[in-house]
Amino acid sequence: MNSGILSYGLYIPRRRLQRSSIYEANSWYAPGLGGLAKGEKAISNWDEDAVTMAVEAGRYCMDGIDRDSIESVSLASTTLPFADRSNAGIAKEALNLSDNVMSSDRTGSLRAATSSLMQSLQNGATDLCLAADRRKSKVASTQEMNYGDASAAFLTGSGNVIARYIGGYSNTIDFVDHYRETGSDFDYAWEARFVRDEGYQKILGSTIKSALAKLEIPGNAIDHAVIAVPVKGVPQKLAAVAGMAVEAVADSQMATIGDTGVCHPLLMLAMTLQKAKPGQKVLLASFGQGADVMVFETTEHLETINQRQSKFMLPGLKDTNYSRYLFHRGLLDIDKGMRAELDEKQPGTSLARDRKTVLGLIGGKCSETGVVQFPKTDLAVNTVSRASGTLEDYPFADRLAKVLSITADRLAYSPDPPSYYGMIDFEGGGRMVAEFADIEEGEADVGKQMRMVFRIKAFDELRGFRKYFWKAIPVQRGES
Amino acid sequence: MASGIKDKVAILGMGCARFGERWDTDADGLMVEAFEEAIADAGIEVSQLDAAWLGVGFDAQSTGPSGIPAAVALRLPDIGVTKVENYCASGTESLRGAVYAVASGAADIALAMGVEKLKDTGYGGLPTRTRGSRWDMIGVTGSAPGNFAQLASAYGAKHGIDRSDLKRAMAHVSVKSHANGAKNPKAHLRNLIDIDKALNAPMIAEPLGLFDCCGVSDGAACAIVTTPEIAKSLGKTDIVAIKAMQVVSSNGWEMQSNQWDGSYLHTTRVAATKAYKEAGITDPRGQLSLTEVHDCFSITELITMEDLFISKEGQGWKDVLNGLFDADGKVPCQIDGGLKCFGHPIGASGLRMVYENYLQLLGRAGERQRKDPPTFCLSHNLGGMPSQNVSSVSIIGPLGI
Repeated sequence: MNSGILSYGLYIPRRRLQRSSIYEANSWYAPGLGGLAKGEKAISNWDEDAVTMAVEAGRYCMDGIDRDSIESVSLASTTLPFADRSNAGIAKEALNLSDNVMSSDRTGSLRAATSSLMQSLQNGATDLCLAADRRKSKVASTQEMNYGDASAAFLTGSGNVIARYIGGYSNTIDFVDHYRETGSDFDYAWEARFVRDEGYQKILGSTIKSALAKLEIPGNAIDHAVIAVPVKGVPQKLAAVAGMAVEAVADSQMATIGDTGVCHPLLMLAMTLQKAKPGQKVLLASFGQGADVMVFETTEHLETINQRQSKFMLPGLKDTNYSRYLFHRGLLDIDKGMRAELDEKQPGTSLARDRKTVLGLIGGKCSETGVVQFPKTDLAVNTVSRASGTLEDYPFADRLAKVLSITADRLAYSPDPPSYYGMIDFEGGGRMVAEFADIEEGEADVGKQMRMVFRIKAFDELRGFRKYFWKAIPVQRGES
Repeated sequence: MASGIKDKVAILGMGCARFGERWDTDADGLMVEAFEEAIADAGIEVSQLDAAWLGVGFDAQSTGPSGIPAAVALRLPDIGVTKVENYCASGTESLRGAVYAVASGAADIALAMGVEKLKDTGYGGLPTRTRGSRWDMIGVTGSAPGNFAQLASAYGAKHGIDRSDLKRAMAHVSVKSHANGAKNPKAHLRNLIDIDKALNAPMIAEPLGLFDCCGVSDGAACAIVTTPEIAKSLGKTDIVAIKAMQVVSSNGWEMQSNQWDGSYLHTTRVAATKAYKEAGITDPRGQLSLTEVHDCFSITELITMEDLFISKEGQGWKDVLNGLFDADGKVPCQIDGGLKCFGHPIGASGLRMVYENYLQLLGRAGERQRKDPPTFCLSHNLGGMPSQNVSSVSIIGPLGI
């Protein structure tokens, strides 16, 4: 078997909520949080969820890769928006993967992503493994201080792998360090000291040792130990017990991103690969009702993918707006006003008809004139012959665009006011009036280069549905 | 080649309700108020009406569907009432229906009614609403000011106009309309404002501040039209005739091809060109006496002056600042206060504009009457958004010129 990692992608939302802001608002109630009030955590915008974040990581991962080569796509998360509608299937549409692809949602444990990745690696198939979490936490809780949002994507397969899969080891033990019952919003967590001693040290520690023994790799041969335990000192202790160098332990990213749940092992792995050199051994360990441990060896192809991915690694933006954060999590009942009462009912029929238009941002190119347009229509915009059906599928999602007109609307309802939108012209033709996302004041004007992102367009709160579509965000340095 | 509508149809009478926040009445009451004035002005019996049209923009809120609400409210004599909706051109569409019916000979006398009851919404601005299942999935659910504010961004960028200069010109538009509205007893907003108040108002949709946006009002306006011959037989002497009525709907060219630059209204330019030809106007800046244009936002009025070929492209903002469109300027615009201050009950607005032009042509405009006898008077509507819209240009004037 010559399977391994072909590519990876990582998406970390831009806004970084300062933990001191959380503490300042809540210190009257929970002064004990002061010890955690350092650093920042990545927070997604109101229009992001596990699916949209996974799509973004998936796009980075698939940059330059033939999408028709994908055999299956999985999405691992404990915060999947739909209980019955394939979440991976939505991502598949947004990523414009072939209709013949297999898809599966992986959930139920913080280990869901690594288990999914391990299965794909063991199958040797060309699989896109997506992982994302956007967990809610109670106000003034430890989780609120710790939890961050992010997504990661790993493409497995054979050929020019950037990291060869040496092997893995897994076990399953129903150890309840924390849980979230179906339908409830928040985790219920047991005492940290118990989890540290009985969970991380006993279960994860023994799994790491068993994995190294099974693979006949001495601990000191591991160059990078990616131990996804968001507790200070624990990864180092586990590494030492397994004979690994403490210096090999990967940064937990807790200071800058936070604990990103299911995504976290893959996020740490991606960030480790960014720094790794060819020919190095990387151990990945994750925990959640048991443990998964995998070992990889990087190859000479790593550099190419690293260079490609580095353009997507953007600087974060300091955010101190705690009440906005709460509102975007549904934890603050802000008066939205009557304009927010618009019924957002989504007819299933029209979504079925326009699936590619809406989820894939597929427009059309006229076979007669070569003119491209969005959306596709029966008669082309500049039709000459008046023949219908001349438009062929033309994807816009990965094309850059320029702002032709723009406004910052303070009248229309937006959960993140003002509502920015305007007309954009795509490079290579085609245009649309688009909502703009992730805009800070002064960041966009006529002529600004934009890129498209898959986001939530609106929530139908009455019927429990969310509508997805594409929005434009300013191209930050490096991306173009 | 169509011969056009010029001088084929005369306005027999017109009426207009007081616009504003009419907490006291509903769409029915507003229609009755406008209709009673019009029928008295026309000097006919209701039984002489052969057909009627009803223009409503937001029917779900204002009247409900169909033409029946007008038939019931006005107790029309068992005639066909056709409801029309074409965004903010709905009132003009109503008139066009009635005018075409008379011109075709299908009706001797027809009624065009426009009404809107917006202030049952519960908030300022226009009601948010669906635009069909496909649009709702891929379109932007913005606001009218947000849609039109984009004009300012593209216009300013194209012509290299400093933001503060453009903002000042936009403010001038609104200051002027408030000055005009103050003289109009039927206007929604009758307060004077100065330029600083306009410039420093809260932002609604960048760069449009509160005073760059028109009033959202309740109101109704109507016209009774007939042939010039019938008008004369009824004893009318100063006959106001329809000179041109043109409506152009976007076909997606602006929204979908990459040829439109976002800085002007394509449909208005086409409608104006056709209307001038229909009316026999060759020099709009020299020949138009008055304009009532769709000043839903100050930037719209300013750019419309260019789209109507009164100002040169990129120069409209200078003409505004030079007072060309003030009440005492060469080509007054919104001498009645416009959408800005007379108010903007969607379905009534097109007819309200014609109403003001009609009053001015007959010398009945009171305190705001132009001294020089007007000749060609233009009204213009713009519905939807700059990137996809309906535009209408109508011209009326004394019969025979």
